[in-house]
Amino acid sequence: MSKTQKVAAASRHPNLPKTPSGITGLDEITEGGLPLGRPTLICGEAGSGKTLMSMEFIVRGATEYNEPGVFMAFEEKADELAMNVTSLGFDLDKLQAEKKIKIDHVHIDRSEIEETGEYDLDGLFIRLNYAIDSIGAKRVVLDTLENLFSGLSNQAVLRAELRRLFEWLKEKGVTAIITGERGEGKLTRQGLEEYVSDCVILLDHRVINQISTRRLRIVKYRGSVHGTNEYPFLIDDDGISVLPVTSLRLEKPVSSERVSSGIPALDKMLGGQGFFKGSSVLVSGTAGTGKTSIAAYFANATCKQGKRCIYFAFEESPQQIMRNMHSIGVDLQRYVNKGDLRFFASRPTLYGLEMHLVAMYKVIKEFKPDAVVLDPITNLITVGSVSEVKAMLIRLIDFLQDEQITVMFTALSLNNIVNEQTDEGVSSLVDAWLLVRDIEYNGERNRGMYIMKSRGMKHSNQVREFIITDKGLDLVDVYLGPEGILTGSAREAQILQEQTGEVLRDFAVSRKDLEISRKRKVLEAKISSLQTEFESAADELNKVYQEEELIKSVADKTRAEITQLRRKDKG
Amino acid sequence: MTKDKRYELRLYVAGNTAKSATALANLKRYCEEHLKGQYKIEVIDLLVQPQLAEGDQIFAIPTLVRKVPEPIRKIIGDLSNEEKVLVGLNIRPVNTI
Repeated sequence: MSKTQKVAAASRHPNLPKTPSGITGLDEITEGGLPLGRPTLICGEAGSGKTLMSMEFIVRGATEYNEPGVFMAFEEKADELAMNVTSLGFDLDKLQAEKKIKIDHVHIDRSEIEETGEYDLDGLFIRLNYAIDSIGAKRVVLDTLENLFSGLSNQAVLRAELRRLFEWLKEKGVTAIITGERGEGKLTRQGLEEYVSDCVILLDHRVINQISTRRLRIVKYRGSVHGTNEYPFLIDDDGISVLPVTSLRLEKPVSSERVSSGIPALDKMLGGQGFFKGSSVLVSGTAGTGKTSIAAYFANATCKQGKRCIYFAFEESPQQIMRNMHSIGVDLQRYVNKGDLRFFASRPTLYGLEMHLVAMYKVIKEFKPDAVVLDPITNLITVGSVSEVKAMLIRLIDFLQDEQITVMFTALSLNNIVNEQTDEGVSSLVDAWLLVRDIEYNGERNRGMYIMKSRGMKHSNQVREFIITDKGLDLVDVYLGPEGILTGSAREAQILQEQTGEVLRDFAVSRKDLEISRKRKVLEAKISSLQTEFESAADELNKVYQEEELIKSVADKTRAEITQLRRKDKG
Repeated sequence: MTKDKRYELRLYVAGNTAKSATALANLKRYCEEHLKGQYKIEVIDLLVQPQLAEGDQIFAIPTLVRKVPEPIRKIIGDLSNEEKVLVGLNIRPVNTI
């Protein structure tokens, strides 16, 4: 078929008509629900939630979409069913009395039945037809049709009749769910998938590392786009929640609004204003570096502004956290009382990662917080591998970004460089990464904090010393000496030492000055004595010269006198 | 042995189909033969009274239900195999020793 023909075909049949199942998340995966007026097969192992899912389909239809439904049970009796789903808040007796649903239990007991000769399943058709017509049902569930196979031995008749049944359901125009037990190498033990070709949903209940996770996959959905992944789902007080988890698009709204970290000095390091709203922040560090304190400060600051915050604790109980935070002057209790802060503490091993995610989604959707804290994510490792935790956190961050919720994770890093770089592999996902490190020096342990990264803002590259006192958290500049970073008492000592050094130097300088002046004086004295010496030498030399002059003049005079005397003699 | 017993039999059919007719004919024949005078047959057409299907847990057609004596037994099919029907109804054939 060429492209233009395809488009034309698509416009002729715009969309496969669907009916919303009413099950949280399922309609998103199927892009609208189950095929309207057609049978859908739900298959899975025993205990995978088939009956519950189909029952929710009927109940939601009756209560939310005004579509009465018939539930034909081949396994459980009507009162047993009613009891089983009471825990989900479904009151089947009331709905039956209101003629919104009808439960018909088909009892098949091989020991009571003898087969002889030809028969068909018209009785079942008539019963179903009667049930549908009596309440004007739009939805039908057959749970579990395969029980027919254990009750009746004539397979040829059964298969022919099943084919007829599905045709009949389509003609009747009801949206039907047929459940089937998972078989070896096949979707269902009796190959029901051969008859139901429109939509097949597979439920799975897997136990990995002693933790069970329920998953759902749409094996096929003829004529419709659908999510193809395995989606985890949760059964709780509100029924089934399926999680349409993986978002493939990177089209998140962004905000340039800032939120304070609660520690003014830290805000200052982050360009003076704190984190971006809706961003994700990772605080990692070794044990006892104050990660929880930072997280509590952040929660406290959020609530202080009248915003709402959820604190997911995977390690400590809420009471424990609140007590501990009291010691640094943070009173979380009042925000809990006020209803702005909510704690959700659970052991990671309570359920699988996916379930944690589903549970968190539910709580977040319900509470609509401005900020979320997860403390610590590293504990989740106990229920999944690093890559699984990463995948889960990607989904969580995606979701939170969509909702414009700021999230702070804390992560425990082991004391080696490699791990620091790859904290659960989430460091590349988060927008800001604060690292709190132990600085061990001079027989004591201090905390140093620095910002590994902070996307989209100017941030300090400096290591700050992170101080926890009974007044709270603060950051101070560390001393960078020739031996490296100095913190704690070493920093104090270094400062003292510097002060001493200055005094000493001053003293030394004044002594040197004195010596110089003394030297100058000595030199000057020497210079003057030399000059006197020179003068006397010059004097001496002058004396000889004058004597010679004198002698010469006297000699000349004498010679002249002699000459004259001679001339007189002649004359 | 069977003389003191009363049999109440109910045959569920859906319209006048060949299978229903065969079943009814077979049933009448067996009863006349083995249970003369101590049986009662009630034929219920589910097309007329569909609401009765649930009560007796009917899903196949035709179905023969032995209401009395208890316990309830069901035989589905056109009742073409006499031995199976008699075993199913727990009737000992009189012509055997």
